[in-house]
Amino acid sequence: MLKYANPTLFLALAARLIPWLGGASALALALGLYLTFFVAPDDYQQGASVKIMYVHVPAAWLGMMCYMVMTSAALGTLVWRHPLADAAQKAAAPLGAAFTLLCLVTGSLWGKPMWGTWWVWDARLTSVLVLFLIYLGLIGLWRTIEEPSQAARAAAILTLVGVVNIPIIKFSVDWWNTLHQPSSVFRLGGPAISSAMMWPLLIMALAFTLLFFTLHLMEVRNEILRRRLRRLSILAASAEDPDLSAEAAQ
Amino acid sequence: MSSPLLALFRREARIARSIGGGGAMGVVFFLILVSLTPFAIGPDLNLLSRIGPAILWIAALLATLLGLDRLFQADADDGSLDLFMMTSTPLELVVLVKCAAHWTLTALPLVAAAPLLGLMLGLEPEAQAGVAASLLAGTPALTLLGAIGAALTAGLRRGGLLMAVLILPLTTPVLIFGVSTAAAASGGTVPFHTPFLILCALSLATIAGAPFAAAAALRAREG
Repeated sequence: MLKYANPTLFLALAARLIPWLGGASALALALGLYLTFFVAPDDYQQGASVKIMYVHVPAAWLGMMCYMVMTSAALGTLVWRHPLADAAQKAAAPLGAAFTLLCLVTGSLWGKPMWGTWWVWDARLTSVLVLFLIYLGLIGLWRTIEEPSQAARAAAILTLVGVVNIPIIKFSVDWWNTLHQPSSVFRLGGPAISSAMMWPLLIMALAFTLLFFTLHLMEVRNEILRRRLRRLSILAASAEDPDLSAEAAQ
Repeated sequence: MSSPLLALFRREARIARSIGGGGAMGVVFFLILVSLTPFAIGPDLNLLSRIGPAILWIAALLATLLGLDRLFQADADDGSLDLFMMTSTPLELVVLVKCAAHWTLTALPLVAAAPLLGLMLGLEPEAQAGVAASLLAGTPALTLLGAIGAALTAGLRRGGLLMAVLILPLTTPVLIFGVSTAAAASGGTVPFHTPFLILCALSLATIAGAPFAAAAALRAREG
């Protein structure tokens, strides 16, 4: 396992894995969407609009999982200073922002018919919004610092500071008794959701997870290539200007 | 406090006094923010006294962040930061002392000015005291969180705006408990000490943790 920490070996592994992961996520997504639209029953109160759940809930899980992937990569950056961890961190931020935005948008679309409002300042909604803002701040930080490994260390510190928000999101529905319903899948005493609805939900969650790992792997690969390109262009420039060769050696 | 840190505190105070008049500019900014609000929402004193604590807290948040982006910038520019890193004094303590100096010079005047501005917003005396107490307990957390952002963006072009984007989402808990402390002071269902103690806990936790994050961010700049 450890030998894949070498970027070249990682690239070879990624090239082999990406088609399989991509195919698996397409299959799981097709199956999940089929189950959502043709098999899963309508809710007795909410009607067909309950089907938003099959996108909303996996997107929310992925938005948080992505932050945890980023946090582990941030530890990798700070402890081992590994370029692969830097790339994994950088690749996860836009994906996390996208899943979190998807969660917020679908939640809003679901909230209008069910709660009668697009948005409330409920603890769960607000903490997810803060997560989205943290993702945006991280993307901004990545884009502002030019030197990649310096940007990685700065982003890693901010990621670790922002991780306090994740338990707040998770437990917000238990600590504050506001509009958003408490967790009904992972809870003490087993799921409170009918199995006819839970299976499509879990398959959609699997599809989203596979999709995340496919996209993440592709973006990590792109980031490694981007870094190589950057180094090559500095080397090419330093062939003309000796002052730059010191920077290329880093 | 050992003497290098005391000397650092004095140095920060001297620099702040000589440039921009110390905390005066922050208080003026605070005053302008608070006095602009009634123009935006209308001079209805009942409404103003109801949302007054929130106005004061938002204004204090922005005024605290105002000077913070320069916290490490000038030191990074003139090389003092490299000297701080090379001394035997831990960088974490340097950060803490710089934050303490910044808080004393900019946040403390805000706390002092808050009751006066509360008067203009039609707050009851208990509410004025509540706002001042909540600001006194909560602003250390704002300063220290801001120090993390200042350390992350030190030496960057356009660092100021980025710092606000990075740090403002993290200040949400401080704002929530700050405003609820101020609201609890003027009567409410929650006893005053519940949100107040949480606010104190937030400040103490950031005093304990933030210097490490900020110092790590400063070291990360070096590559």
